[in-house]
Amino acid sequence: MELVTPSIGLVFWTTLTFVLLIMLLSKFAWKPIVAALNDREKSIEDALNAAEKAKEELSRLNVESDKLIKAARVERDKMLKEAKTLSDSLIHEAKVQAHAEGAKMIAKAHHEINNQKLAALAEVKNQVGALSIQIAEKILRKKFADAKEQEALVTELLKDVKLN
Amino acid sequence: MRFNPLFLKKTIILSSFFAIFSICSPNAKANSEGVDSAKHAAEHTEQVAEGHEDAHGKEGEFNATETIMEHISDSHDWHLWGDKSFGLPVILKTDAGLVHFNSEEFHHDNEGSHVVEANGQRFVRFENKVYYASETANEKGQYLAFVGEHPTNGKPLDFSITKNVASMFLSAILLLLIFTSIASSYKNREGKAPKGFQSLLEPIIVFVRDEIARPNIGHRYVGYMPFLLTIFFFIWINNLIGLVPIFPGGANLTGNIAVTFTLGVISFLVVSFSGNKYYWKHIFAPDVPWWLYPIMLIVEIIGVLSKPFALIVRLFANITAGHIIVLSLISLIFIFKTMAIAPVSIGFVLFMYVLELLVAFLQAFIFTMLTALFIGTAVEEHHHYD
Repeated sequence: MELVTPSIGLVFWTTLTFVLLIMLLSKFAWKPIVAALNDREKSIEDALNAAEKAKEELSRLNVESDKLIKAARVERDKMLKEAKTLSDSLIHEAKVQAHAEGAKMIAKAHHEINNQKLAALAEVKNQVGALSIQIAEKILRKKFADAKEQEALVTELLKDVKLN
Repeated sequence: MRFNPLFLKKTIILSSFFAIFSICSPNAKANSEGVDSAKHAAEHTEQVAEGHEDAHGKEGEFNATETIMEHISDSHDWHLWGDKSFGLPVILKTDAGLVHFNSEEFHHDNEGSHVVEANGQRFVRFENKVYYASETANEKGQYLAFVGEHPTNGKPLDFSITKNVASMFLSAILLLLIFTSIASSYKNREGKAPKGFQSLLEPIIVFVRDEIARPNIGHRYVGYMPFLLTIFFFIWINNLIGLVPIFPGGANLTGNIAVTFTLGVISFLVVSFSGNKYYWKHIFAPDVPWWLYPIMLIVEIIGVLSKPFALIVRLFANITAGHIIVLSLISLIFIFKTMAIAPVSIGFVLFMYVLELLVAFLQAFIFTMLTALFIGTAVEEHHHYD
């Protein structure tokens, strides 16, 4: 029975010690420790949240830059395409113009050639005429060197002339 | 109820394990409550008589029950080894005021035959209790008058710094030193990772907060943290000090009914003072037909009182049982009077010690856990089925 009979002295000292211990430990140990633990947990949580936020921000930026790159690429493609069409049309135009010019020049050349040809032909004709006259003159001079012959011819010609 | 039934189950298993162990051990059996106290008393008279008949003849006779009882109960001296011990202050509240003297003045007498005079009053010690001495000695040299086995002399109120009280002071000083130093390292290393001793105890503090206080009490847990932490570490450190077999340890403090009683009552007071109107309404005006009130009121009050009672008895029985088992196993060597049994004994003791380390933590945890649970039911907002 003695084992299960609480003794007054021990009850007294236990109460005193325990109550003092609670008061002292709460003031000097538990309050600062629990506060420090809570603070640290909060700061860790905050840091984790901030990291999460930064990660989100980063991925958002990534998406944005991707979008920008894509847009730039599209823009570039468009510009290239435009430039190509422009150059194509320019070349085409130039070709057409060149064709037209060429044709015109050819036509002009043709005309010139014709003119030159005609002029040359006229010259040749004239030359031939002059030469013919000279030749005829020379022949005539030769033929009509003696007076008899001339006489004969005049007579002949006079023969044909019938006086009306 | 948000109670984890696993722990209750564990406690039951452990308790029954101890119970079986205690029954199996012939020495511990004598200490169990069910023992015939008359038989025990008769044994004791014999020893006392023997001691007086031939002080040297049968001194070597080993009485396991007596040894074990001596080790698990409180005493005025702190026994070191052999016949070496040192005295502690004896403080008595007598009818004529406070009296104090060193317990060495009893000269290790525990049978009421050495009278100590202090402040004009005469005291004797008998079975660890201090009595007012009779005028003359009886035929056995005891300054006590007996009726049957118990002295009829008056007893002053004993507020002595006994072995248990001294051990408790030691634990209180240790707790203060440990936790104020940790608190200062929290201040010095604010916001940094814990280091050294701080990192050893931090998980346990966090464990008390996250596994004991928060789930059982809910959002109002913050105000109860100092109480729960103090009671947890107080019980734990005293359980551990109790397991240390050499000098500053060894006092069976948490296995003393006075200590567990005080802790239980404090826990009961904390629970009762935190009780809100729903808690008290549930006890004094439960939702039952009025004619059931006489029964319900009794049942509810028994329910309220049985909670701290269970706390008191659980801690007391578990720690005392552990001490008794270890001492019984050691006693085997002296009972068989052979060294051959020593390896077996030591092996079992080693096993028990490891188990006791677990029990030391487990009992501190369960006491705190159940206290938190009771506080939780007391502060719980209305959750009724009506």
